[in-house]
Amino acid sequence: MIKTTFSAFLFLLTFTAAATAQTAYVTNEKDDTLSVIDLTKMEVITTIEVGQRPRGVYLSPDNKTLYLCASDDDTIQEIDVETLKVRHELPSGANPETFAISADGKRIYTSNESDNVVTVIDLENRKLAGQIDVGVEPEGMAVSPDGKIVINTSETTNMAHWIDSDSLEIFDNSLVDQRPRHAEFDSEGKQLWVSAEIGGTVSVFDVKNRQEIAKIPFAIKGIHKDRVQPVGIRLSKNGRYAFIALGPANHIAVVDAKTFEVTKYILVGRRVWHMAFTPDQKKLLTTNGVSGDVTVIDVDDLKAVKSIKVGRFPWGVAIRP
Amino acid sequence: MKTGNWDINVGRFFPIVLCLWTAILCLSAGRPLEAATLVPIDVEIIFLSQKVDLPPALSNIDSVPDDAGLMGARIAIGDNNTTGRFLKHKYSLIEETLAADANVAEAFARLASEGGKVFILDLPASSLDIVRNHAKAGQSLLFNTRATDDRFRSKDCHDFLLHTIPSRAMRTDSLAQYLITKRWKDWLLIVGSRPEDELFAQAIRKSAKKFGADIIKEKKWTGEHDARRTAQTEVPLFTQGIDYDVLMVADEIGDFGDYLMYRTWTPRLVAGTQGLVAKAWGRPIEQWGAAQLQERFLKESNRWMLSRDYAAWAAVRTIGEAVTRTKSGSTEEIRKFIASDKFQLAAFKGRKLSFRTWNGQLRMPVAVMSARSVVAQPPLKGYLHQRTELDTLGLDKPESSCGK
Repeated sequence: MIKTTFSAFLFLLTFTAAATAQTAYVTNEKDDTLSVIDLTKMEVITTIEVGQRPRGVYLSPDNKTLYLCASDDDTIQEIDVETLKVRHELPSGANPETFAISADGKRIYTSNESDNVVTVIDLENRKLAGQIDVGVEPEGMAVSPDGKIVINTSETTNMAHWIDSDSLEIFDNSLVDQRPRHAEFDSEGKQLWVSAEIGGTVSVFDVKNRQEIAKIPFAIKGIHKDRVQPVGIRLSKNGRYAFIALGPANHIAVVDAKTFEVTKYILVGRRVWHMAFTPDQKKLLTTNGVSGDVTVIDVDDLKAVKSIKVGRFPWGVAIRP
Repeated sequence: MKTGNWDINVGRFFPIVLCLWTAILCLSAGRPLEAATLVPIDVEIIFLSQKVDLPPALSNIDSVPDDAGLMGARIAIGDNNTTGRFLKHKYSLIEETLAADANVAEAFARLASEGGKVFILDLPASSLDIVRNHAKAGQSLLFNTRATDDRFRSKDCHDFLLHTIPSRAMRTDSLAQYLITKRWKDWLLIVGSRPEDELFAQAIRKSAKKFGADIIKEKKWTGEHDARRTAQTEVPLFTQGIDYDVLMVADEIGDFGDYLMYRTWTPRLVAGTQGLVAKAWGRPIEQWGAAQLQERFLKESNRWMLSRDYAAWAAVRTIGEAVTRTKSGSTEEIRKFIASDKFQLAAFKGRKLSFRTWNGQLRMPVAVMSARSVVAQPPLKGYLHQRTELDTLGLDKPESSCGK
């Protein structure tokens, strides 16, 4: 406790000294901690204790609040980014894995992996707003930019479920390859990208008619195709690139978001799962679970420029301007 | 004896679609966006199990649960139905457990005449033989989820018999890969007195030859004493004067193997059926999302998931996956899809699983485990195969007369 307070104090000092620095927050799944990285210095400036088995992590649209799944505590924690104190614990349902926040910051949609449901939380009053039955082992969550469509992917059912955010009912289901882990809308909400970890592919859907418009395979020389396991997806705002984290293949695939061709593979740390852009989209951070570090990629050069040691099994990352 | 290539269509097939309503009925009106037309499919799966009379084993700390295998099938039915809900596919399990002395041929004939097409066979080898000889080619789809005998994968085949339980050869190959990687190459083989022990010993001998281990000496454990009481005096003498790296034990029912550990003359490891083991599934497996399956299983069954449960789970999920992808309930369509290169099953082993076309065996990594940790998950790095390194475990195509 004393250690945490002191660390938080140190962090405040550092933070005040460089108020404009971009800050990254990394959940360490097997340490029950959050690493806070100063991206000007490219180093961890403090590590705080959070709930058990922290996984999915995102900032509120106003960047004032950090939310993270404390899966084994059956809650989503709401953390004040100024004080780094847990402000509230939200009624997420059991074992939340990851979540998505609506663009207006009013709702969180989270996947409860052992109960086959998606839980909706109203963020204004911090109350449960509904639950939706989905497939087996729900994981990936996404909300369309206009907030109308919510996507959940279920790992053993192998589907992306299309949920109407008003009625909270599923209106369509799209089959994808084995074990879908992550879903991501493009910035205009026209396309939905879904990764299939064991299938080894990423499917791209046209949001309008929910038809698959591309299925992207990956092949890295010297790595068996079964070890190429796409998980995290990030799409650049300008529509140029898709970055796909390839798990135990230890690479990030750079995909031309217009032609759906893989143009490059960037070597990062071991078992790479999730990523986040800096707000200016000049850098991309990746979480490398087995090597316990974060790789910083320069988006203009498409090169890994730095590796930063964090805790054990980093899972997710969020970045604040 | 029937042999044949199960991936070549040689028979007639009957649909297992029990109901086909018009598509219009499936759609509920009034939603903002409407699902595509879905045709309802009902899939009936028969779980046929049999009790076995086992002699009392000296190690009696773990008894075999009555619902071994069955709980795996039930959980997979639940998984299939959760998925099926979105597609109007419904799965049901007909459960039948035969007594040890039951007439298996009669039971199978009755179930088949009642319309049974897809069978999960949780049967001992002798009963699997009976079913194999009575099943008519093309009429049914059979999944062996219990018998590990290599002969069902090498010569005693059936066109429509698939195996989701790893064979003895797959298990001993997996152990051998690990032990050779560690350079623990000299083995002392101790074999129990039951016929299954000899089959496991045969698999060990074959794996030793395949991967380059030496069986320095072989000894028979006759089991004249209660090892629980006398192991401390018997085992040191039994293992004295032999220079080896690993004591390999073949004791399938767990009669004495557990008492070899820590009692050998020299400080040596025990592997095989006890000590370091290689199995389809076990309590320490938690990687690749397996923790989720373990948790679900424990919650439903109040016990840990066994290899037999895993095999039954994988079989029922295989059917579910085939029905989901083909949107068909016909046995022929299911079988064709399972045999095609389009079939892939995510089954908590870190890579997709598929069936060997020549003998119907589900290829899979086989974890090498101690009681509380996964030590390795062969196929290990460096063991290469022209098709897939998963085929370094178990009987490869040239070693099997099935499908020829």
